[in-house]
Amino acid sequence: MPSLKDLRNRIASVKATQKITKAMQMVAAAKLRRAQEAAEAARPYSERMGSVLANITQAIGGGGDAPALMTGTGKDDVHLLVVCTAERGLCGGFNSQIARHARDHIRRLLADGKQVKIICVGKKGFDILRRDYASMILERIDLREVKTLGFVNADAIAKKVIHLFDEGAFDVCTLFYSQFKSVISQIPTAQQIIPAGVASTPAEAMEGGNAVYEYEPEPGEILSDLIPRNIAVQIFRALLENAAGEMGAKMSAMDNATRNAGDMINKLSITYNRQRQAQITKELIEIISGAEAL
Amino acid sequence: MAEAFKFELVSPERLLVSAEVESVVIPGAEGEMTVMAHHAPVMTTIKPGVVTVKNASGGEERYVVFGGFADIVAAGCTLLAESAVAVKDVDRADLARRIQEAKEDAADAKDDQARSKAEQFLSQLTTLEGAILPA
Repeated sequence: MPSLKDLRNRIASVKATQKITKAMQMVAAAKLRRAQEAAEAARPYSERMGSVLANITQAIGGGGDAPALMTGTGKDDVHLLVVCTAERGLCGGFNSQIARHARDHIRRLLADGKQVKIICVGKKGFDILRRDYASMILERIDLREVKTLGFVNADAIAKKVIHLFDEGAFDVCTLFYSQFKSVISQIPTAQQIIPAGVASTPAEAMEGGNAVYEYEPEPGEILSDLIPRNIAVQIFRALLENAAGEMGAKMSAMDNATRNAGDMINKLSITYNRQRQAQITKELIEIISGAEAL
Repeated sequence: MAEAFKFELVSPERLLVSAEVESVVIPGAEGEMTVMAHHAPVMTTIKPGVVTVKNASGGEERYVVFGGFADIVAAGCTLLAESAVAVKDVDRADLARRIQEAKEDAADAKDDQARSKAEQFLSQLTTLEGAILPA
């Protein structure tokens, strides 16, 4: 049985923890709002990009001059997985969900006899995947120093991926991230970015989009400029969704933690009060029985 | 007064301009062009340069863009820029850094094709710097 002093100490420590989790929850809420705004602001670009891409592929009609990034290498042997997770923990199952999704995918690919390479964006996914697939990890991209996620960060990752593709290091590239559905629900998602599935961007063409375009320079040249940029945009979107998802997950995890701490404090307080009362009663009995004995 | 049309300038981070404008000067890859209402549909890549927007209300705004492309249809013009800032907010240090990077790229280029591409990019950047310096 813990003494009264022990109980008092425990209550104090749980209270301190509760204060911390409460503060973290509020910080996450503020960051979530910012992350959501950033994701919202980035949406017009990727939408326009989708419609432009749809227009131009329609114009080319999948002709022979479509770049390899779009048509693929014609093989399906080496897979590159870009796994995007958060840099920090304490956000519930957020990171492990993405990692599990990626791991399932890796197992399936390995069972089919494919070769797998991994690029980890974010520390947490790297920590999890390192345990089983350390030899497959090509690189780990660290975004911890990055305060506000910019397009340059995504562009750097895209350049690396495209460089690897040009070297013929892989045939298919899949992006793993968590889709931000709401504060309480993030869906781990796999999205193939190379070869680019154009059908996956069913964007409405702009008004008059069916008009005959003039291209400057040639459509093929524009397309070969556009596809790498589109990959960067996809990665950027994934990173933004991830950032919002992380904050959402962190917020609800910290909300739970705060509530649990509250429950614990209640329970401990009851034990503490009961024990104190028991001690007072005991002392009273001792005094009374002492007086009666005289 | 010329007829107004819809112009949008979008960078990956945000939507910078979405307004009714009278004319827009775009630094196209194959020369500058001015877009006005009812322009024939054109799609073009753009080089680093200054976009000049003349608002329907009469004001004029200038933005620096670093590459991207423009999608022009009769209904309007959308400019997807890799990065875009208003001329008055241009960060000179950032521009100097880009020029430095371009110089390094030109110096490490492996073959002639890559080098001429890098040098072309560099000259576009220095022209851009010259164009906005007095501003």
